[in-house]
Amino acid sequence: MASLQLTAPSSQWIAGKAPFAWRNSPRTAAVPRRVAVRPIRAGSYTDELVQTAKSIASPGRGILAIDESNATCGKRLASIGLENTEENRQAYRQLLLTTPGLGAYISGAIFFEETLYQSTTDGKKFVDCLLQEKIMPGIKVDKGLVPLPGSNNESWCQGLDGLASRCAEYYKQGARFAKWRTVVSIPSGPSALAVKEAAWGLARYAAIAQDNGLVPIVEPEILLDGDHPIERTLQVAEKVWAEVFFYLAENNVVFEGILLKPSMVTPGAEHKERASPETIARYTLKMLNRRVPPAVPGIMFLSGGQSEVEATLNLNAMNQGPNPWHVSFSYARALQNSVLKTWQGRPENIEAAQKALLVRAKANSLAQLGQYSAEGETEGAKKGMFQKGYTY
Amino acid sequence: MSAYCGQYHDELIATAAYIGTPGKGILAADESTGTIGKRLASINVENVEENRRALRELLFLTPGALQYLSGVIFFEETLYQKTADGTPFVDVLKKGGVIPGIKVDKGTVELAGTNGETTTQGHDDLGKRCKKYYEAGARFAKWRAVLNIGPNEPSQLSIDANANGLARYAIICQENGLVPIVEPEILVDGPHDIAKCADVTERVLAACYKALNDHHVLLEGTLLKPNMVTPGSESAKVAPEVIAEYTVRALQRTVPPAVPAIVFLSGGQSEEEATLNLNAMNKLKGKKPWSLSFSFGRALQKSTLKAWQGKAENVEKARIAFLARCKANSEATLGVYKGDAAGGEGVSESLHVKDYKY
Repeated sequence: MASLQLTAPSSQWIAGKAPFAWRNSPRTAAVPRRVAVRPIRAGSYTDELVQTAKSIASPGRGILAIDESNATCGKRLASIGLENTEENRQAYRQLLLTTPGLGAYISGAIFFEETLYQSTTDGKKFVDCLLQEKIMPGIKVDKGLVPLPGSNNESWCQGLDGLASRCAEYYKQGARFAKWRTVVSIPSGPSALAVKEAAWGLARYAAIAQDNGLVPIVEPEILLDGDHPIERTLQVAEKVWAEVFFYLAENNVVFEGILLKPSMVTPGAEHKERASPETIARYTLKMLNRRVPPAVPGIMFLSGGQSEVEATLNLNAMNQGPNPWHVSFSYARALQNSVLKTWQGRPENIEAAQKALLVRAKANSLAQLGQYSAEGETEGAKKGMFQKGYTY
Repeated sequence: MSAYCGQYHDELIATAAYIGTPGKGILAADESTGTIGKRLASINVENVEENRRALRELLFLTPGALQYLSGVIFFEETLYQKTADGTPFVDVLKKGGVIPGIKVDKGTVELAGTNGETTTQGHDDLGKRCKKYYEAGARFAKWRAVLNIGPNEPSQLSIDANANGLARYAIICQENGLVPIVEPEILVDGPHDIAKCADVTERVLAACYKALNDHHVLLEGTLLKPNMVTPGSESAKVAPEVIAEYTVRALQRTVPPAVPAIVFLSGGQSEEEATLNLNAMNKLKGKKPWSLSFSFGRALQKSTLKAWQGKAENVEKARIAFLARCKANSEATLGVYKGDAAGGEGVSESLHVKDYKY
């Protein structure tokens, strides 16, 4: 067993390193070194990952996020008086996923695990419904947020244990991208610990996902909660993304094969002043230009409690000029709110509900191209969906 | 604050953007007294102040050259020198639309516990010195960190120390009105292949930008001066298109679009090689939100020195050589260089010196 020689040059006890050669003393024989660890930037899935990411980041298209956990989906169903059964969850997702022509505006759909294995009532796999429309199937792979010990009442995201085999199984089932959502809270600091953990967890997840054929969507959501001004959000966002990219690089993640899912840079929900879409766009683009390397193909914003129209207007403002990455959407509530209200759980409303989905999807598609106008939007679409302390 | 937002905020952004003007680049004329002595010795010229002044006057007064330059980096002595008829060099440049810059580091020192790796010194009183240089007309600064590729190099310590040193220098510059050129040079020495160089370059640049971000440096008011990604000096050469591909990919993976321009060092490549590689990068299709230009020392001056030989009667001939390289590199920043400056004497001579001490 090697013993620490306290009088020896400091580097000698580091296994595998050649002994430090003091100037003017004879060189000692080099200790056989460890095999130089050359990070493998290209794994067996690299080309496919790059293609998948490009496909999702295609002009005029974005992501439909329908990966609500069973509990959260239950809340949605309850809001229209429906019981939280597997049958109802299946019926609701079927409504969304069999919407004709959805692929014109949607390039990817994120599933919860249950949904990845479901089919329509006449036996067609949901995955196949998507592929028919050239929509990539994605899968939520994290295991939710839990309290972070030693922090300021903050959370961290679980899910690394067994992640590799989960991803491999999901790939077999047809998933081609993954999603992992962690959160950062500005009213809680955020503490350096929480930011570091969020970034490191994302980086580890991303490397494992790529190793198993799934494009990782990297989502550190900076929660809307708080009364802070937009400048503070910018500061926190820049810190969070600096950490994220640094750890992604350390984990040898291939940037051409990832997608980002950031929150837009806005004032806190309880701040006295609202910001215009132009202001939000300016601050958000400033943050992206300062932190996101051009190798990243797509940035798919979360809506985080904004109203359907707000989310679309803000995205539109960001696309008024060329950007070095595809700037698009990955919306859940901001795409589904009107759909649920129209459906009300009744089969006779399915067609109308699907039309409502297409209306929102098309609006966001136009916003991705910078060509959206808010004329003709309904009042319902303009209603905010922020909930203080929202647990997802 | 998220990034520097003090009194020089707007000026820093404007200066950095101007230096990145397509069609222009930087002449690195900041050789220390010792190093310029080696250049002069190679053409049998004595290393005295008058000769150093004469060489720089030869360069700066070349008719038609300044239009191809957006900046010139000075060594401290030169910042205060004048032409033979008494015009300060700084004024000559300003009149020609060229921004004066200044080397502010104080050379490298070895890092204990490593195999000869170094860190760069010069932080003490750097703020005071920057202020002084700003008053003398400088508007950008330069600090060279050096790393090398070996079996255990660059070590994590070397990467961390140099990245942190660069970040600290950068914010001090910005606080005093100078745009910092961030230069993490990874030496070309070694038998490694281009993939290894790419890997190391990506790791080093990621660490640099992490440090710059942690130190609140305003990226829009900085410039990057990296090495091109190439095979090691003891490895087989590859075509300019290959160098372009690896280099641009490394930058796409590490350099945020907020950085306005990337001004490559030539690091021992011949004049013609450096130009061809830069040209290939600017012809390459792909996402390049920063302009790609040059900050060349040896690769702009080699054939000029050779033509001059320290003799007054050769000044015109030397200036023709200098103008040719300036024009060639200007065209390379636009991707339109046709190789017609290749005929100059000495332009294809390698300028690599093993274990080069700058």
